[in-house]
Amino acid sequence: MDTYLRVDPTACSGHGLCAELLPERITLDEWGYPIISAEPISPALRAHARRAVTDCPALALLLERTG
Amino acid sequence: MSNTAMMEFPGVTAPQGLPRLLGPGGADLPEHLRTHGPLPHQGALIEEIEAAGLTGRGGAGFPTAVKLAAVARQPGSKVAVGNGAESEPASHKDKQLLWLAPHLVLDGLQLAAAAVGARRACLYLHRHDQLRRRLTDALAERAAAGWDRVAVELVTAPPRFLAGEESALASRIGGGLARPRFKRPPVYERGAGGAPTLVQNVETLAHLALIARHGAPWFRQVGTAAEPGSVIVTAHRADGVTVVREVPAGLPLGGLLGRAPAQAVLVGGYHGTWIPVQQAARLPLANAALRPLGAAVGAGVLAALPPDRCGLAETARVLRYLAAESAGQCGPCLNGLPRIATAFAVLARPGADRRCLDDLERWAGLVTGRGACHHPDGTVRLVRSALAAFSAETGRHLRGRCAADPAAAPFLPVPGSGYAAPSARRDWR
Repeated sequence: MDTYLRVDPTACSGHGLCAELLPERITLDEWGYPIISAEPISPALRAHARRAVTDCPALALLLERTG
Repeated sequence: MSNTAMMEFPGVTAPQGLPRLLGPGGADLPEHLRTHGPLPHQGALIEEIEAAGLTGRGGAGFPTAVKLAAVARQPGSKVAVGNGAESEPASHKDKQLLWLAPHLVLDGLQLAAAAVGARRACLYLHRHDQLRRRLTDALAERAAAGWDRVAVELVTAPPRFLAGEESALASRIGGGLARPRFKRPPVYERGAGGAPTLVQNVETLAHLALIARHGAPWFRQVGTAAEPGSVIVTAHRADGVTVVREVPAGLPLGGLLGRAPAQAVLVGGYHGTWIPVQQAARLPLANAALRPLGAAVGAGVLAALPPDRCGLAETARVLRYLAAESAGQCGPCLNGLPRIATAFAVLARPGADRRCLDDLERWAGLVTGRGACHHPDGTVRLVRSALAAFSAETGRHLRGRCAADPAAAPFLPVPGSGYAAPSARRDWR
Protein backbone atom coordinates (compact mmCIF):
# COMPACT_ATOMS: atom_id res chain seq x y z
CA MET A 1 0.00 0.00 0.00
CA ASP A 2 1.49 3.35 -1.10
CA THR A 3 0.86 6.80 0.26
CA TYR A 4 0.32 9.75 -2.05
CA LEU A 5 -0.05 13.46 -1.49
CA ARG A 6 -3.12 15.09 -3.01
CA VAL A 7 -4.31 18.64 -3.11
CA ASP A 8 -7.93 19.75 -3.03
CA PRO A 9 -7.57 22.43 -5.73
CA THR A 10 -10.81 24.15 -4.67
CA ALA A 11 -9.42 24.68 -1.16
CA CYS A 12 -5.86 25.60 -2.13
CA SER A 13 -5.24 29.33 -2.26
CA GLY A 14 -1.59 29.16 -3.23
CA HIS A 15 0.15 30.04 0.04
CA GLY A 16 3.06 27.90 -1.13
CA LEU A 17 4.06 26.65 2.31
CA CYS A 18 3.85 23.02 1.19
CA ALA A 19 6.57 23.52 -1.43
CA GLU A 20 8.89 24.86 1.27
CA LEU A 21 8.17 21.97 3.61
CA LEU A 22 8.38 19.22 1.01
CA PRO A 23 10.44 20.41 -1.97
CA GLU A 24 11.21 16.76 -2.79
CA ARG A 25 7.61 16.25 -3.97
CA ILE A 26 6.06 19.70 -4.40
CA THR A 27 7.00 22.58 -6.67
CA LEU A 28 5.00 25.72 -7.43
CA ASP A 29 3.66 26.67 -10.85
CA GLU A 30 4.11 30.16 -12.28
CA TRP A 31 1.00 31.32 -10.39
CA GLY A 32 2.13 29.94 -7.03
CA TYR A 33 -0.04 26.80 -6.94
CA PRO A 34 1.46 23.44 -6.00
CA ILE A 35 2.44 20.83 -8.56
CA ILE A 36 2.59 17.52 -6.75
CA SER A 37 4.80 14.72 -7.98
CA ALA A 38 2.99 11.54 -8.94
CA GLU A 39 5.53 9.44 -7.02
CA PRO A 40 4.43 7.85 -3.76
CA ILE A 41 5.69 9.28 -0.49
CA SER A 42 8.62 7.16 0.70
CA PRO A 43 8.80 6.24 4.39
CA ALA A 44 11.73 8.64 4.77
CA LEU A 45 9.55 11.54 3.60
CA ARG A 46 6.42 10.60 5.51
CA ALA A 47 7.05 12.84 8.52
CA HIS A 48 7.69 15.86 6.27
CA ALA A 49 4.61 15.08 4.23
CA ARG A 50 2.47 14.89 7.36
CA ARG A 51 3.82 18.23 8.50
CA ALA A 52 2.98 19.78 5.11
CA VAL A 53 -0.57 18.43 5.46
CA THR A 54 -1.12 19.74 8.99
CA ASP A 55 0.57 23.10 8.34
CA CYS A 56 -1.30 23.96 5.13
CA PRO A 57 -3.14 27.20 6.02
CA ALA A 58 -6.03 26.25 3.70
CA LEU A 59 -6.18 22.60 4.85
CA ALA A 60 -6.00 21.71 1.18
CA LEU A 61 -3.46 18.89 1.34
CA LEU A 62 -4.21 15.30 2.17
CA LEU A 63 -2.38 12.00 2.32
CA GLU A 64 -4.12 9.13 0.58
CA ARG A 65 -3.36 5.47 0.78
CA THR A 66 -4.04 3.39 -2.30
CA GLY A 67 -3.06 -0.06 -3.41
CA MET B 1 -48.79 -6.62 -12.66
CA SER B 2 -47.29 -5.85 -16.01
CA ASN B 3 -49.13 -8.77 -17.61
CA THR B 4 -52.50 -7.45 -16.49
CA ALA B 5 -51.65 -4.04 -17.78
CA MET B 6 -50.39 -5.42 -21.07
CA MET B 7 -53.83 -7.01 -21.53
CA GLU B 8 -55.36 -3.61 -21.09
CA PHE B 9 -52.93 -2.21 -23.62
CA PRO B 10 -52.60 -4.93 -26.22
CA GLY B 11 -51.06 -2.53 -28.75
CA VAL B 12 -47.85 -2.15 -26.76
CA THR B 13 -44.87 -3.73 -28.49
CA ALA B 14 -41.16 -3.06 -28.30
CA PRO B 15 -40.15 -0.43 -30.86
CA GLN B 16 -38.49 -2.02 -33.87
CA GLY B 17 -35.70 0.01 -35.42
CA LEU B 18 -35.25 3.69 -34.66
CA PRO B 19 -36.24 6.05 -33.21
CA ARG B 20 -36.85 4.47 -29.85
CA LEU B 21 -36.81 7.58 -27.70
CA LEU B 22 -37.70 10.36 -30.09
CA GLY B 23 -40.62 8.64 -31.80
CA PRO B 24 -44.25 9.77 -31.59
CA GLY B 25 -46.48 8.77 -28.71
CA GLY B 26 -45.19 10.83 -25.83
CA ALA B 27 -47.52 13.81 -25.90
CA ASP B 28 -49.35 13.05 -22.66
CA LEU B 29 -49.64 10.29 -20.10
CA PRO B 30 -52.50 8.33 -21.78
CA GLU B 31 -50.65 8.39 -25.10
CA HIS B 32 -47.41 7.42 -23.38
CA LEU B 33 -49.23 4.53 -21.72
CA ARG B 34 -50.66 3.35 -25.06
CA THR B 35 -47.23 3.56 -26.68
CA HIS B 36 -45.00 2.15 -23.97
CA GLY B 37 -47.25 0.48 -21.41
CA PRO B 38 -47.13 0.91 -17.65
CA LEU B 39 -44.10 1.21 -15.39
CA PRO B 40 -42.56 -2.23 -14.98
CA HIS B 41 -41.77 -2.10 -11.25
CA GLN B 42 -40.51 -5.65 -11.01
CA GLY B 43 -37.45 -7.71 -11.76
CA ALA B 44 -33.78 -7.13 -11.17
CA LEU B 45 -33.27 -3.84 -12.97
CA ILE B 46 -29.56 -3.39 -12.24
CA GLU B 47 -28.74 -6.85 -13.66
CA GLU B 48 -30.84 -6.13 -16.75
CA ILE B 49 -29.09 -2.77 -17.28
CA GLU B 50 -25.73 -4.49 -16.90
CA ALA B 51 -26.69 -7.12 -19.47
CA ALA B 52 -27.87 -4.34 -21.80
CA GLY B 53 -24.48 -2.62 -21.54
CA LEU B 54 -26.08 0.79 -21.15
CA THR B 55 -23.59 3.63 -20.62
CA GLY B 56 -24.18 7.22 -19.53
CA ARG B 57 -25.27 9.55 -22.33
CA GLY B 58 -24.28 12.76 -20.55
CA GLY B 59 -20.65 12.77 -21.63
CA ALA B 60 -18.51 10.49 -19.51
CA GLY B 61 -19.99 7.25 -20.89
CA PHE B 62 -19.71 5.46 -17.56
CA PRO B 63 -21.47 2.06 -17.25
CA THR B 64 -24.92 2.80 -15.82
CA ALA B 65 -25.23 -0.48 -13.90
CA VAL B 66 -21.97 0.18 -12.03
CA LYS B 67 -23.24 3.58 -10.92
CA LEU B 68 -26.63 2.17 -9.91
CA ALA B 69 -24.98 -0.61 -7.90
CA ALA B 70 -22.57 1.83 -6.20
CA VAL B 71 -25.45 3.98 -4.95
CA ALA B 72 -27.64 0.98 -4.10
CA ARG B 73 -24.88 -0.31 -1.79
CA GLN B 74 -24.79 2.91 0.25
CA PRO B 75 -26.63 3.05 3.57
CA GLY B 76 -29.14 5.66 4.64
CA SER B 77 -31.30 8.15 2.81
CA LYS B 78 -30.42 8.55 -0.88
CA VAL B 79 -31.20 10.89 -3.74
CA ALA B 80 -31.75 10.13 -7.44
CA VAL B 81 -31.34 12.92 -9.97
CA GLY B 82 -32.12 13.08 -13.66
CA ASN B 83 -29.60 15.43 -15.23
CA GLY B 84 -31.13 17.59 -17.95
CA ALA B 85 -28.95 20.65 -17.34
CA GLU B 86 -27.52 20.41 -20.86
CA SER B 87 -25.35 23.41 -20.21
CA GLU B 88 -23.31 23.05 -23.39
CA PRO B 89 -24.50 25.73 -25.85
CA ALA B 90 -24.05 23.39 -28.83
CA SER B 91 -26.16 20.55 -27.39
CA HIS B 92 -29.93 20.31 -27.78
CA LYS B 93 -30.64 16.61 -27.46
CA ASP B 94 -31.71 16.59 -23.80
CA LYS B 95 -34.13 19.48 -24.28
CA GLN B 96 -35.52 17.77 -27.37
CA LEU B 97 -35.96 14.46 -25.55
CA LEU B 98 -37.58 16.08 -22.51
CA TRP B 99 -39.95 17.94 -24.79
CA LEU B 100 -40.94 14.92 -26.92
CA ALA B 101 -40.87 12.16 -24.30
CA PRO B 102 -41.04 13.62 -20.80
CA HIS B 103 -42.77 10.53 -19.43
CA LEU B 104 -40.07 8.19 -20.67
CA VAL B 105 -37.46 10.20 -18.76
CA LEU B 106 -39.68 10.39 -15.67
CA ASP B 107 -40.32 6.63 -15.88
CA GLY B 108 -36.57 6.07 -15.94
CA LEU B 109 -36.12 8.33 -12.94
CA GLN B 110 -38.76 6.41 -10.96
CA LEU B 111 -37.21 3.06 -11.86
CA ALA B 112 -33.67 4.22 -11.08
CA ALA B 113 -34.77 5.75 -7.76
CA ALA B 114 -36.47 2.47 -6.83
CA ALA B 115 -33.45 0.41 -7.90
CA VAL B 116 -31.04 2.34 -5.65
CA GLY B 117 -33.54 2.88 -2.81
CA ALA B 118 -33.74 6.67 -3.15
CA ARG B 119 -36.48 8.44 -1.22
CA ARG B 120 -35.86 11.76 -2.93
CA ALA B 121 -35.95 12.28 -6.69
CA CYS B 122 -35.15 15.42 -8.63
CA LEU B 123 -35.13 16.44 -12.25
CA TYR B 124 -32.41 19.02 -12.88
CA LEU B 125 -33.43 21.16 -15.81
CA HIS B 126 -31.90 23.63 -18.21
CA ARG B 127 -33.32 27.10 -17.55
CA HIS B 128 -36.13 27.22 -20.08
CA ASP B 129 -39.65 28.36 -19.12
CA GLN B 130 -41.57 26.33 -21.70
CA LEU B 131 -39.67 23.17 -20.91
CA ARG B 132 -40.26 23.65 -17.19
CA ARG B 133 -44.01 24.06 -17.81
CA ARG B 134 -44.01 20.91 -19.93
CA LEU B 135 -42.39 18.94 -17.11
CA THR B 136 -44.60 20.53 -14.44
CA ASP B 137 -47.66 19.42 -16.44
CA ALA B 138 -46.25 15.93 -16.97
CA LEU B 139 -45.59 15.54 -13.24
CA ALA B 140 -49.11 16.77 -12.43
CA GLU B 141 -50.57 14.16 -14.82
CA ARG B 142 -48.55 11.44 -13.14
CA ALA B 143 -49.53 12.60 -9.65
CA ALA B 144 -53.21 12.61 -10.63
CA ALA B 145 -52.89 9.07 -12.02
CA GLY B 146 -50.95 7.86 -8.96
CA TRP B 147 -48.20 6.80 -11.36
CA ASP B 148 -45.12 7.74 -9.27
CA ARG B 149 -43.88 6.17 -6.04
CA VAL B 150 -41.48 9.03 -5.28
CA ALA B 151 -42.50 12.66 -5.84
CA VAL B 152 -40.17 14.44 -8.25
CA GLU B 153 -38.88 17.96 -7.60
CA LEU B 154 -37.92 20.15 -10.54
CA VAL B 155 -34.71 22.06 -9.93
CA THR B 156 -33.52 24.63 -12.46
CA ALA B 157 -29.83 24.73 -13.31
CA PRO B 158 -28.17 28.13 -13.65
CA PRO B 159 -27.06 28.80 -17.24
CA ARG B 160 -23.44 27.93 -16.56
CA PHE B 161 -21.31 25.58 -18.67
CA LEU B 162 -20.33 23.56 -15.59
CA ALA B 163 -23.77 23.50 -13.92
CA GLY B 164 -24.44 19.95 -15.11
CA GLU B 165 -21.14 18.53 -13.87
CA GLU B 166 -22.03 15.79 -11.41
CA SER B 167 -20.64 17.39 -8.24
CA ALA B 168 -21.95 20.85 -9.25
CA LEU B 169 -25.38 19.30 -9.71
CA ALA B 170 -25.15 17.58 -6.32
CA SER B 171 -24.24 20.87 -4.67
CA ARG B 172 -27.15 22.69 -6.33
CA ILE B 173 -29.67 19.94 -5.47
CA GLY B 174 -28.39 20.21 -1.89
CA GLY B 175 -29.24 23.91 -1.88
CA GLY B 176 -25.73 25.19 -2.63
CA LEU B 177 -24.05 26.74 -5.64
CA ALA B 178 -23.85 24.79 -8.90
CA ARG B 179 -20.06 24.67 -8.81
CA PRO B 180 -17.94 21.52 -9.03
CA ARG B 181 -16.26 20.30 -5.90
CA PHE B 182 -13.33 18.11 -5.02
CA LYS B 183 -14.68 14.57 -5.37
CA ARG B 184 -13.42 12.94 -2.21
CA PRO B 185 -15.63 11.24 -1.20
CA PRO B 186 -17.39 10.72 -4.55
CA VAL B 187 -20.95 11.93 -5.24
CA TYR B 188 -22.34 8.39 -5.07
CA GLU B 189 -21.20 8.29 -1.43
CA ARG B 190 -21.72 11.92 -0.46
CA GLY B 191 -23.67 14.09 -2.85
CA ALA B 192 -26.76 16.28 -2.49
CA GLY B 193 -27.04 17.43 1.12
CA GLY B 194 -24.43 14.82 2.07
CA ALA B 195 -26.64 11.91 0.90
CA PRO B 196 -25.45 9.24 -1.52
CA THR B 197 -26.62 10.55 -4.88
CA LEU B 198 -27.33 8.88 -8.20
CA VAL B 199 -26.87 11.22 -11.14
CA GLN B 200 -28.00 10.00 -14.56
CA ASN B 201 -28.37 11.97 -17.74
CA VAL B 202 -32.00 12.19 -18.91
CA GLU B 203 -31.30 10.25 -22.12
CA THR B 204 -29.73 7.47 -20.05
CA LEU B 205 -32.91 7.35 -17.94
CA ALA B 206 -35.12 7.13 -21.03
CA HIS B 207 -33.08 4.18 -22.33
CA LEU B 208 -33.34 2.61 -18.88
CA ALA B 209 -37.14 2.95 -18.95
CA LEU B 210 -37.27 1.02 -22.22
CA ILE B 211 -34.76 -1.64 -21.17
CA ALA B 212 -36.90 -2.27 -18.08
CA ARG B 213 -39.85 -2.94 -20.38
CA HIS B 214 -38.29 -4.77 -23.31
CA GLY B 215 -35.10 -6.27 -21.90
CA ALA B 216 -31.39 -6.27 -22.61
CA PRO B 217 -31.48 -8.35 -25.84
CA TRP B 218 -33.92 -5.87 -27.36
CA PHE B 219 -31.64 -2.95 -26.40
CA ARG B 220 -28.70 -4.67 -28.07
CA GLN B 221 -30.52 -5.08 -31.39
CA VAL B 222 -28.96 -1.79 -32.49
CA GLY B 223 -25.49 -0.37 -31.93
CA THR B 224 -22.24 -2.31 -31.66
CA ALA B 225 -21.45 -5.25 -29.39
CA ALA B 226 -19.15 -3.08 -27.27
CA GLU B 227 -21.38 0.02 -27.37
CA PRO B 228 -24.95 -1.15 -27.73
CA GLY B 229 -28.11 0.85 -28.22
CA SER B 230 -28.97 4.14 -29.81
CA VAL B 231 -27.51 7.58 -29.15
CA ILE B 232 -29.13 10.97 -29.57
CA VAL B 233 -26.82 13.40 -31.29
CA THR B 234 -26.92 17.11 -31.97
CA ALA B 235 -25.28 17.60 -35.35
CA HIS B 236 -24.35 21.07 -36.59
CA ARG B 237 -24.03 20.51 -40.33
CA ALA B 238 -21.79 22.62 -42.53
CA ASP B 239 -24.85 23.89 -44.43
CA GLY B 240 -25.89 25.69 -41.26
CA VAL B 241 -28.67 23.27 -40.31
CA THR B 242 -28.65 21.78 -36.82
CA VAL B 243 -30.37 18.43 -36.38
CA VAL B 244 -31.14 16.29 -33.34
CA ARG B 245 -31.28 12.63 -34.34
CA GLU B 246 -31.38 9.29 -32.63
CA VAL B 247 -28.94 6.96 -34.37
CA PRO B 248 -27.41 3.56 -33.71
CA ALA B 249 -24.10 3.71 -31.86
CA GLY B 250 -21.33 3.00 -34.36
CA LEU B 251 -22.91 4.86 -37.29
CA PRO B 252 -20.20 6.50 -39.46
CA LEU B 253 -20.03 10.21 -38.67
CA GLY B 254 -20.24 11.01 -42.37
CA GLY B 255 -23.85 9.86 -42.34
CA LEU B 256 -24.74 12.50 -39.78
CA LEU B 257 -23.14 15.54 -41.27
CA GLY B 258 -25.01 16.06 -44.53
CA ARG B 259 -23.51 16.60 -47.96
CA ALA B 260 -22.23 20.15 -47.65
CA PRO B 261 -18.42 20.33 -47.85
CA ALA B 262 -16.61 20.75 -44.55
CA GLN B 263 -12.99 21.04 -43.43
CA ALA B 264 -13.05 19.53 -39.93
CA VAL B 265 -15.47 18.00 -37.45
CA LEU B 266 -15.66 18.87 -33.78
CA VAL B 267 -16.53 15.60 -32.02
CA GLY B 268 -17.82 15.63 -28.45
CA GLY B 269 -18.64 19.29 -28.04
CA TYR B 270 -16.62 22.09 -26.45
CA HIS B 271 -14.56 19.71 -24.35
CA GLY B 272 -14.13 17.66 -27.49
CA THR B 273 -11.76 17.05 -30.35
CA TRP B 274 -11.31 18.58 -33.80
CA ILE B 275 -10.71 15.93 -36.45
CA PRO B 276 -9.98 16.69 -40.15
CA VAL B 277 -13.08 15.86 -42.17
CA GLN B 278 -11.53 13.17 -44.42
CA GLN B 279 -10.67 11.19 -41.31
CA ALA B 280 -13.81 12.04 -39.34
CA ALA B 281 -16.34 11.08 -42.03
CA ARG B 282 -15.26 7.43 -41.91
CA LEU B 283 -15.10 7.17 -38.12
CA PRO B 284 -17.93 5.41 -36.36
CA LEU B 285 -19.81 7.14 -33.55
CA ALA B 286 -18.21 4.84 -31.00
CA ASN B 287 -15.67 5.41 -28.26
CA ALA B 288 -13.68 2.32 -29.24
CA ALA B 289 -12.75 4.02 -32.53
CA LEU B 290 -12.59 7.59 -31.22
CA ARG B 291 -10.50 6.96 -28.11
CA PRO B 292 -7.20 6.26 -29.96
CA LEU B 293 -7.57 9.76 -31.46
CA GLY B 294 -8.10 11.29 -28.03
CA ALA B 295 -11.77 11.81 -28.85
CA ALA B 296 -15.04 10.53 -27.39
CA VAL B 297 -18.73 10.50 -28.25
CA GLY B 298 -19.33 12.63 -25.14
CA ALA B 299 -22.85 14.02 -25.11
CA GLY B 300 -23.18 13.44 -28.86
CA VAL B 301 -22.40 16.93 -30.12
CA LEU B 302 -20.93 17.08 -33.63
CA ALA B 303 -20.09 20.15 -35.67
CA ALA B 304 -18.86 20.14 -39.27
CA LEU B 305 -16.97 23.35 -39.93
CA PRO B 306 -17.61 24.86 -43.40
CA PRO B 307 -14.55 25.44 -45.60
CA ASP B 308 -14.88 29.24 -45.54
CA ARG B 309 -14.50 29.54 -41.75
CA CYS B 310 -11.28 29.84 -39.76
CA GLY B 311 -10.97 26.91 -37.36
CA LEU B 312 -8.59 28.90 -35.18
CA ALA B 313 -10.98 31.84 -34.88
CA GLU B 314 -13.88 29.45 -34.11
CA THR B 315 -11.84 27.72 -31.42
CA ALA B 316 -10.72 31.06 -29.98
CA ARG B 317 -14.35 32.16 -29.50
CA VAL B 318 -15.21 28.92 -27.74
CA LEU B 319 -12.10 29.18 -25.55
CA ARG B 320 -12.99 32.69 -24.46
CA TYR B 321 -16.39 31.38 -23.38
CA LEU B 322 -14.89 28.34 -21.61
CA ALA B 323 -12.39 30.53 -19.75
CA ALA B 324 -15.19 32.86 -18.64
CA GLU B 325 -17.16 29.82 -17.44
CA SER B 326 -14.42 28.59 -15.09
CA ALA B 327 -15.89 28.34 -11.62
CA GLY B 328 -12.78 30.18 -10.44
CA GLN B 329 -12.17 27.79 -7.58
CA CYS B 330 -8.97 26.06 -8.66
CA GLY B 331 -5.81 28.15 -9.13
CA PRO B 332 -4.58 26.46 -12.32
CA CYS B 333 -7.98 26.86 -14.05
CA LEU B 334 -8.57 30.39 -12.75
CA ASN B 335 -5.13 31.52 -13.94
CA GLY B 336 -4.50 29.23 -16.86
CA LEU B 337 -7.72 29.28 -18.88
CA PRO B 338 -7.89 33.05 -19.47
CA ARG B 339 -4.22 33.00 -20.51
CA ILE B 340 -4.83 30.07 -22.85
CA ALA B 341 -7.85 31.83 -24.34
CA THR B 342 -5.90 35.05 -24.83
CA ALA B 343 -2.91 33.32 -26.43
CA PHE B 344 -5.29 31.46 -28.74
CA ALA B 345 -7.02 34.71 -29.67
CA VAL B 346 -3.60 36.05 -30.69
CA LEU B 347 -3.03 32.94 -32.80
CA ALA B 348 -6.46 33.33 -34.39
CA ARG B 349 -5.38 36.62 -35.98
CA PRO B 350 -3.17 36.63 -39.10
CA GLY B 351 0.27 37.89 -38.22
CA ALA B 352 0.41 36.03 -34.91
CA ASP B 353 3.77 35.75 -33.21
CA ARG B 354 5.14 32.21 -32.95
CA ARG B 355 5.67 32.69 -29.20
CA CYS B 356 1.95 32.29 -28.55
CA LEU B 357 2.36 28.61 -29.52
CA ASP B 358 5.00 28.12 -26.82
CA ASP B 359 2.77 29.82 -24.27
CA LEU B 360 -0.17 27.64 -25.26
CA GLU B 361 1.87 24.47 -24.94
CA ARG B 362 3.27 25.46 -21.53
CA TRP B 363 -0.08 26.52 -20.08
CA ALA B 364 -1.87 23.51 -21.53
CA GLY B 365 0.61 21.28 -19.73
CA LEU B 366 0.28 23.28 -16.52
CA VAL B 367 -3.51 23.12 -16.15
CA THR B 368 -4.03 19.48 -17.21
CA GLY B 369 -5.21 17.21 -14.41
CA ARG B 370 -5.14 19.99 -11.84
CA GLY B 371 -8.79 20.96 -11.51
CA ALA B 372 -11.46 19.57 -9.21
CA CYS B 373 -13.44 18.87 -12.39
CA HIS B 374 -12.56 18.09 -16.00
CA HIS B 375 -12.91 21.68 -17.22
CA PRO B 376 -9.18 22.37 -17.66
CA ASP B 377 -8.59 18.93 -19.23
CA GLY B 378 -11.50 19.32 -21.65
CA THR B 379 -10.37 22.81 -22.60
CA VAL B 380 -6.85 21.57 -23.29
CA ARG B 381 -8.25 18.75 -25.44
CA LEU B 382 -9.98 21.35 -27.61
CA VAL B 383 -6.80 23.46 -27.82
CA ARG B 384 -4.46 20.61 -28.74
CA SER B 385 -6.82 19.09 -31.28
CA ALA B 386 -7.36 22.50 -32.92
CA LEU B 387 -3.60 23.00 -33.23
CA ALA B 388 -3.32 19.57 -34.87
CA ALA B 389 -6.37 19.78 -37.15
CA PHE B 390 -5.71 23.38 -38.22
CA SER B 391 -1.91 23.18 -38.46
CA ALA B 392 -1.92 24.47 -42.06
CA GLU B 393 -4.05 27.42 -41.00
CA THR B 394 -1.70 28.05 -38.04
CA GLY B 395 1.22 28.24 -40.51
CA ARG B 396 -0.71 30.75 -42.64
CA HIS B 397 -1.52 32.90 -39.61
CA LEU B 398 2.16 33.00 -38.62
CA ARG B 399 2.92 34.21 -42.16
CA GLY B 400 0.26 36.88 -41.90
CA ARG B 401 -2.48 35.19 -43.92
CA CYS B 402 -5.81 33.41 -43.33
CA ALA B 403 -7.71 31.13 -45.69
CA ALA B 404 -11.16 31.98 -44.33
CA ASP B 405 -13.70 34.40 -45.70
CA PRO B 406 -13.40 37.43 -43.39
CA ALA B 407 -17.10 38.24 -43.96
CA ALA B 408 -18.38 34.78 -42.94
CA ALA B 409 -20.50 34.72 -39.79
CA PRO B 410 -19.26 32.83 -36.72
CA PHE B 411 -20.26 29.15 -36.88
CA LEU B 412 -20.11 27.49 -33.47
CA PRO B 413 -22.79 28.71 -31.06
CA VAL B 414 -21.64 30.52 -27.94
CA PRO B 415 -23.95 32.69 -25.80
CA GLY B 416 -24.19 36.06 -27.48
CA SER B 417 -25.91 39.27 -26.50
CA GLY B 418 -27.05 39.23 -22.90
CA TYR B 419 -24.29 36.84 -21.89
CA ALA B 420 -22.50 37.77 -18.71
CA ALA B 421 -19.67 35.74 -17.27
CA PRO B 422 -20.33 34.50 -13.74
CA SER B 423 -19.02 37.03 -11.26
CA ALA B 424 -21.06 36.61 -8.10
CA ARG B 425 -22.44 33.76 -6.03
CA ARG B 426 -25.95 34.39 -7.34
CA ASP B 427 -24.74 33.55 -10.86
CA TRP B 428 -24.33 29.94 -9.70
CA ARG B 429 -27.85 29.49 -8.31
